[in-house]
Amino acid sequence: MPTLLDFRRRIRSVKNTQQITRAMKFVAAARLRRAQEAALAARPYAKELVRVLRSTISRIAEPQHPLLSRRPEGRVLALVLTGERGLAGAFNTNILRKANEFSRANKSRKLSVIPVGKKGRDSLRKAGFNLIGEYVNVLARVEFGTVREISNLVTDLYAKGEIDSVYIIFSEFKTVMSANLTVEKLLPVDPAQVVEGSEGASASGQVDYIYEQPEEQLLDRLLPRYVESQVQRAMLESSAAEHAARMTAMESATKNAGDVIEALTLHMNKVRQAAITKEIIEIVSGATSTA
Amino acid sequence: MLPEAIELVIVTPTRQLLRTRVREVTLPGANGYLGVLPGHAPLMTELGIGELTFLGAAQSEPISVVRGFAEVLPDRVTVLAETAELAAEIDLERAEAAKARAEKRLAAGDPNIDWDRVSVALQRALIRIQVARKYRGVPANSR
Repeated sequence: MPTLLDFRRRIRSVKNTQQITRAMKFVAAARLRRAQEAALAARPYAKELVRVLRSTISRIAEPQHPLLSRRPEGRVLALVLTGERGLAGAFNTNILRKANEFSRANKSRKLSVIPVGKKGRDSLRKAGFNLIGEYVNVLARVEFGTVREISNLVTDLYAKGEIDSVYIIFSEFKTVMSANLTVEKLLPVDPAQVVEGSEGASASGQVDYIYEQPEEQLLDRLLPRYVESQVQRAMLESSAAEHAARMTAMESATKNAGDVIEALTLHMNKVRQAAITKEIIEIVSGATSTA
Repeated sequence: MLPEAIELVIVTPTRQLLRTRVREVTLPGANGYLGVLPGHAPLMTELGIGELTFLGAAQSEPISVVRGFAEVLPDRVTVLAETAELAAEIDLERAEAAKARAEKRLAAGDPNIDWDRVSVALQRALIRIQVARKYRGVPANSR
């Protein structure tokens, strides 16, 4: 039978754990706020860029560009965005499961993978994926330099014809409680999708602009920026989703620790009570026997 | 009727730098500077590396712009810059250091250097220094 001291020790240990999970929850909450702000700050640029690209594309009868050329998808590249660290609930597991699904769906093709995030790199390497690059320790704070590096790498590979399409697998931040696992096609850029895309498609596309440079040249500059902004969005979303998942996980861990402490305290008090009762009985029975 | 003012919006991939109403904007286009007054015909241009200035109601501070695009409409100018900084934000020491680094690299005469990258770095540093000096030379504006 556990003694009072054992209980005290266990309660103390659970309390320590609870303190850690609570601190992690607050840290995750602060990081989540920062990630959301960054995502929000990036939005105006992305929106304006799509608008400009759309009107430029719609002006060119048959847009020709290396990043638009579709080929039979023999060699596929997937960017897999996971977290940098664990203890984020099912966040990393979900993404990796999606990556596995993707690889099964593309069994007939030659698949290469670039993991972004330490967790993804470790698991994907262990699972025997063909990694042709890796980016770790970049998601805690999404720097635009990293975004550019990644998108330059994939656009280069694509333009050189070493791969035929690029997908990006990431968690899209929905709410703190939920994230959407998303697989998006990054390359080739689908002009139809850009033209049809989201709000305000009609008005701005109709303006008859004077172009300082030939449309083709503008397109040549715009497309890489477009890919960059897609990569940036995915990274920011994924980072926000990671922090949200960690926050939720740590919140429930803190709650669970509280439940355990409560149960243990109750148990400890019962044991203490039993010990006291026992002592009283001993004293009383001792007294009656001597009387 | 011509609009009286232009709404100037400057965005970069990481933030919206500015949204304000102005009477005149000068943009560093890829083919040279261009001035825009209210009622300008719709125009689309690539931007080079240079200094963007504007005249507005509030105090006007030059802005260093590195590449990107600008869309001009009669009552609106949207600048999509790769990087853009207000003069007050520019770290002059860092810009000087970048300039020295780029110059050294150019002077070294190494045949393997990436000329494009180095010359862009140099231009960027030069324009930052120019913008920052100009702004700091006029201490009337608040920092």
